[in-house]
Amino acid sequence: MAWWIEPALTVVSYVGFFAYATWSVFSGTYVFADPYVSPFFSTWIGFGTFKLPVIGLLVPFLAVIPLGLRVTCYYYRKEYYRAFFRDPTACARGEGVRGRYTGETRFPLVLWNLHRYALLLTIVVTVFLGVDVVRAFIYHGHFFVGLGSVVMLVNVILLSGYTFSCHSLRHLAGGGLDCYSCVKAGKARHRLADALNRLNPRHGWFAWVSMFSVGLTDIYVRLVMAGFHEPRWIA
Amino acid sequence: MSDTTLLVFRGDSIKTGTEQPFQVPVQEGMVVLDAIHWIQAHAATDLACRWNCKAAKCGSCSAEINGRPRLMCKTRLDEFAGEPIHVWPMRAFPLIKDLVTDVAWNYLVNAEITPFTPKTDEPVPYRMAADDVERVFEFRRCIECFLCQDVCHVLRDHDQKAAYYGPRYMVRIAGLEMHPKDTVNRTALLHREAGIGMCNITKCCQDVCPEHIRITDNAIIPLKERVAGRYYDPIAWVGRKLFGSKAD
Repeated sequence: MAWWIEPALTVVSYVGFFAYATWSVFSGTYVFADPYVSPFFSTWIGFGTFKLPVIGLLVPFLAVIPLGLRVTCYYYRKEYYRAFFRDPTACARGEGVRGRYTGETRFPLVLWNLHRYALLLTIVVTVFLGVDVVRAFIYHGHFFVGLGSVVMLVNVILLSGYTFSCHSLRHLAGGGLDCYSCVKAGKARHRLADALNRLNPRHGWFAWVSMFSVGLTDIYVRLVMAGFHEPRWIA
Repeated sequence: MSDTTLLVFRGDSIKTGTEQPFQVPVQEGMVVLDAIHWIQAHAATDLACRWNCKAAKCGSCSAEINGRPRLMCKTRLDEFAGEPIHVWPMRAFPLIKDLVTDVAWNYLVNAEITPFTPKTDEPVPYRMAADDVERVFEFRRCIECFLCQDVCHVLRDHDQKAAYYGPRYMVRIAGLEMHPKDTVNRTALLHREAGIGMCNITKCCQDVCPEHIRITDNAIIPLKERVAGRYYDPIAWVGRKLFGSKAD
């Protein structure tokens, strides 16, 4: 594969996702088709739609949290430094833009050191998404399975995979310790860090598929809103 | 037995040197270093090349093969399926002659790192739990081939050797920092002299490592997280003010 194909695909995918997500969040439509809700709008609290106007106003601001996680994510950094900033364009291929290089030591890139806070906030958002998935299996008080329930479940599994394979989480969970046997709960923290360490090599894979799954889940809920007759089973 | 074409860099300066073509007879299982040895024996006895073990363990025969930093002894000719093979020296370091570069800067950097420092009264031999030392094993696989240093764009393209130690020494520092018996905190060194903030995580070092050490994921990023906790995390800062912390 030619060296430029990966950065080109990265640019197209990221620009496409960002444009679609921005349009979806600011389109003025609350993407909800009972019992499904788009992951872009998963910040509503409580059953029913009566709270939507208030919570809906917060949606664009809350959407910044997972965006912040992805922008400061170590995997995404690799991808966009290569594809957008050409710094480097590809390994041993030279630089696209010359000039004084300061890495991540100056504003604004130095802020990427706060990645852990974007992670912690995103974990809260992921819990909300999980609650939304539970609701997607309940329709008028009955257990229910629709194609949309499965789509939302797969989406939250992929998003959780991305969130929990994070390098910062591994560090916070125990990777930052020098000696597990020298601290309280060291054994448990070692097990946790070790489990996250096994997940970590798939961080890049989860980053890609979860980005697409979020967009596709939003599209699916919009299709149901538009009258798409999906396969459903109600107990 | 078929032939393959090697285009080998010749000269003592990257600017004035040129590629010289050689037709080399290929036998099954041959690697690029075998071809270089054939050239030295039959076509260019003055071709300069550094090598030692021919088993991918000494890290001496680092070069750039078709633009990618690799060990010549670990790169088979049949990978290239009859295509010309370009063999160049590592470009991040000053050229001495042909394929030999001066890698002395790396050893100067190495000397700046505080070595392993256990407690003075630590009983010998050291007794350590497996859970505590298993992470460090990966870093000890490094053969110091300096391919990661060569491909690192901070050193190679920006020539920021005064500002960044490079991936090889992030691996060394990670091995020391995560060692359960080491007592020195090198976070300040990482933040200042070692220049870990210069790394922008493009993972080329990890891509080229012949020992498959996950340099960026398991050494550089954990060290960046330690530096972030020490210098950039506001809650950790408050915690240190309230409860104190280990000195750097």
